Amino acid sequence: MSGTLIVGASQSGIQMAASLREAGDEEPITLVGAEPHPPYQRPPLSKAFLAGKADLASLAFRTEAFYAEQKIDLVLGEQVVRLAPGLATTHSGRSLPFDRLALTVGARPRRLGVPGADLDGVHYLRDLDDALRLRGRLGAARHVVVVGGGFIGLEAAAVARSAGKSVTVVEAADRLIPRSVAPVVSEFYRRAHQRRGSDVRLGVGVTALTGEHGQVRAVELSDGTRVPADLVLAGVGIVPRTELAEQLGLHCAGGIVVDEFARTSEPDVVAAGDCTVAPHPRTRDGLVRLESVQNAIGQAKVAAATLLGRREPYSAVPWFWSDQYDLKLQIAGLSGGHDEHVLRGDPEAEKFSVLYYRGGSLIAVDAVNSTADYLTVRKVLDRGGEISPEQARDNEVPLKRLVSPPA
Amino acid sequence: MPKIVYVATDGSQRVVDAVAGESVMMAATRHGVPGIVAECGGNASCATCHVYVRPESLPLVGEPNDTEEDLLDLAVTERREGSRLGCQIEMTEELDGLTVDIPPVQP
Repeated sequence: MSGTLIVGASQSGIQMAASLREAGDEEPITLVGAEPHPPYQRPPLSKAFLAGKADLASLAFRTEAFYAEQKIDLVLGEQVVRLAPGLATTHSGRSLPFDRLALTVGARPRRLGVPGADLDGVHYLRDLDDALRLRGRLGAARHVVVVGGGFIGLEAAAVARSAGKSVTVVEAADRLIPRSVAPVVSEFYRRAHQRRGSDVRLGVGVTALTGEHGQVRAVELSDGTRVPADLVLAGVGIVPRTELAEQLGLHCAGGIVVDEFARTSEPDVVAAGDCTVAPHPRTRDGLVRLESVQNAIGQAKVAAATLLGRREPYSAVPWFWSDQYDLKLQIAGLSGGHDEHVLRGDPEAEKFSVLYYRGGSLIAVDAVNSTADYLTVRKVLDRGGEISPEQARDNEVPLKRLVSPPA
Repeated sequence: MPKIVYVATDGSQRVVDAVAGESVMMAATRHGVPGIVAECGGNASCATCHVYVRPESLPLVGEPNDTEEDLLDLAVTERREGSRLGCQIEMTEELDGLTVDIPPVQP
């Protein structure tokens, strides 16, 4: 038996290996990762680790002994470049045979496609090496420009500004975090970053980066302005790694398409994490890509069950968090398609939540420094029940007391 | 190195050497203790590292803060005396031998 080959040794890959062992699978498990580092957590890279408040050791998912004890063959620093049925080949020519295949290959950062993007001082933030490079450069930097007002960009902007740098955030859309939160929350973050001294430019694109002696010096914007920069962080989204899936002829559409059992179009091959797109977890309408730790873990568990012949559909309520300064954003559900929202609390006081409704039903919450509201909505979405918009408007009553039981 | 004893619902025990300064959750996940899921990695967002601290250790570990209270109230299956989130208990030499029971499920 060649056992299971898991390609990609990050959150999903580790979880899948651990889940297979926890379920009693005794076949060989090989976990192959392109990076040389033992598998590590990514979320701190743009937060505590970038700020120098977390060290490398604290990022490790497991002790080295764990992999040995669990008989998980960890192959690091090897990139799988060819996949054929039953056999993977790495860039150094190593052959890795398998009976069962799992793709947890993640994504790469989308690159800036403008002149000057290859100048020194232009950074991306996806893996540990990126974070180490960025952290190394941040100390001496004076003018930091963040291209892209999504979560990675804003989290890094908060770290840079807290370290006393001049920070400019440039977002091509007319509001921050446009893909993930509603306008009221976007506007809150614009003001919160401005209050802390960052310059936020919306509705402008980057046309070029200019430099001297190969080092970036300025960012030129579509409105004709020029922002000085000695460090540029581009956080402009990710591109799922689908090349291997395509070699196998698997169906891909902005990610490897999987069903609720984490099965690809080839039912023997599973995939999980940021490399996948799946039916909307609640409505089953359309394909969504959930870039979150929770999705990476949840899909991996389902995929492990699938590999062991069990069918456990993945239907968890999506959740997500982002730390910027002292602002803890917690999201439950997906607010896309909402037709009504209720604001609770006071954005000016930096403690509030926004509940989203569709056709009168609660579908999601964005909560800032309001864990109880986040949890209450998450619980309602998970276990049933409802909170009417009329009731939710009453700020004086804790949300958890407004929940009416499932019909 | 302070030791932590994790007791599973079937009574089986896992003894782990923690590093002072790391949390009860971190020590569990690094060593792969089953039943401590820790989905959010210690950000007080998920409550999947719920443990029951044995009564004799309770005075030493202190009280949960407001966020942890909310998580324990709203996110765990069965809150009991001694319910804590593993991510919020920082290990010290003084806590050597801390014994915690793992709930049957982490929702």
